Amino acid sequence: MESISIEATTKTPEIKMNPEDGVIEIKGRSIPENSIEFYRPIIEWLDEYAKNPNKKTTVNVQLEYFNTSSSKCILDIFKKLESLKRARNEVVINWYYEEDDEDMLESGEDYESIIRVPFKMIEIVD
Amino acid sequence: MHFDIDQYYSRMNSGEVILAYKGSISSELITNVLEVIDAKLEDLIIKKSIKKKLYNVLVESLQNLYHHIDDLPDTSDGKFDVHFGIFVITREGERYKVSTGNFIRNEKIQPLKDRLDRVKAMTKDELKDLYKQILNNQDFTQKGGVGLGLIDMAKRTDRQMAYQFNHYNEEYSFFNLDIYV
Repeated sequence: MESISIEATTKTPEIKMNPEDGVIEIKGRSIPENSIEFYRPIIEWLDEYAKNPNKKTTVNVQLEYFNTSSSKCILDIFKKLESLKRARNEVVINWYYEEDDEDMLESGEDYESIIRVPFKMIEIVD
Repeated sequence: MHFDIDQYYSRMNSGEVILAYKGSISSELITNVLEVIDAKLEDLIIKKSIKKKLYNVLVESLQNLYHHIDDLPDTSDGKFDVHFGIFVITREGERYKVSTGNFIRNEKIQPLKDRLDRVKAMTKDELKDLYKQILNNQDFTQKGGVGLGLIDMAKRTDRQMAYQFNHYNEEYSFFNLDIYV
């Protein structure tokens, strides 16, 4: 299957999804008015990937900002990863947050408590 | 007599104004404003966590405006642009205030008022639980939102919000929301 590489814009994050090494990266800002459209191909890619996944999937989420519209789509991504894990695949989720950004750390903890996959919280120090 | 929006706008524009806008609220406008304000906040605010909080509140306020504005049925007199809204960011000492204003149909006032009062009366933990519950259970609305904007802002600002409904005519009122960061 094809890998995905989407450049960041002022309202949407950079996305990289590589089926060869199972590394998924979401980085930047996710603040579109309507996020469903932006995230649809990503969710579809994950559905396809789940049919024949890498032994280990690593997800790096490094968001500076995300709005409530995106929060739902991000949860949908995590739910796909939860299913992947339930199907006995290794899934590692790295949640990056900037030093002092307690809201972002808290958001990561909120997601972690909803899905049953542990997050690795990584603080980025300037 | 109609509620005087121009007068109200000038009143909002008192004190140390960082940004003020009155007119049509479009997706492009929001993009432009966020770019301008991002640069401006970089210069104004030293503490990064405050800057982030303010930016987040700004995003949700503008997008709430974008999704929930009611248009007056007849704008042919040219008084109000399509999708008319107001927003003003001011600094009050150590605090920042994000104010938004938009028309709302009168029958929507009570449900919105109930919602605002309920959110304002919640503790931090209750807000967090409600946020997670809605996030996990709600589908997207037709407008593409999830109904989390208010809760998110209340959570981030520890419920530092005030609101007002000003009667405009038999069908519409002007809704003002102030959020303090």
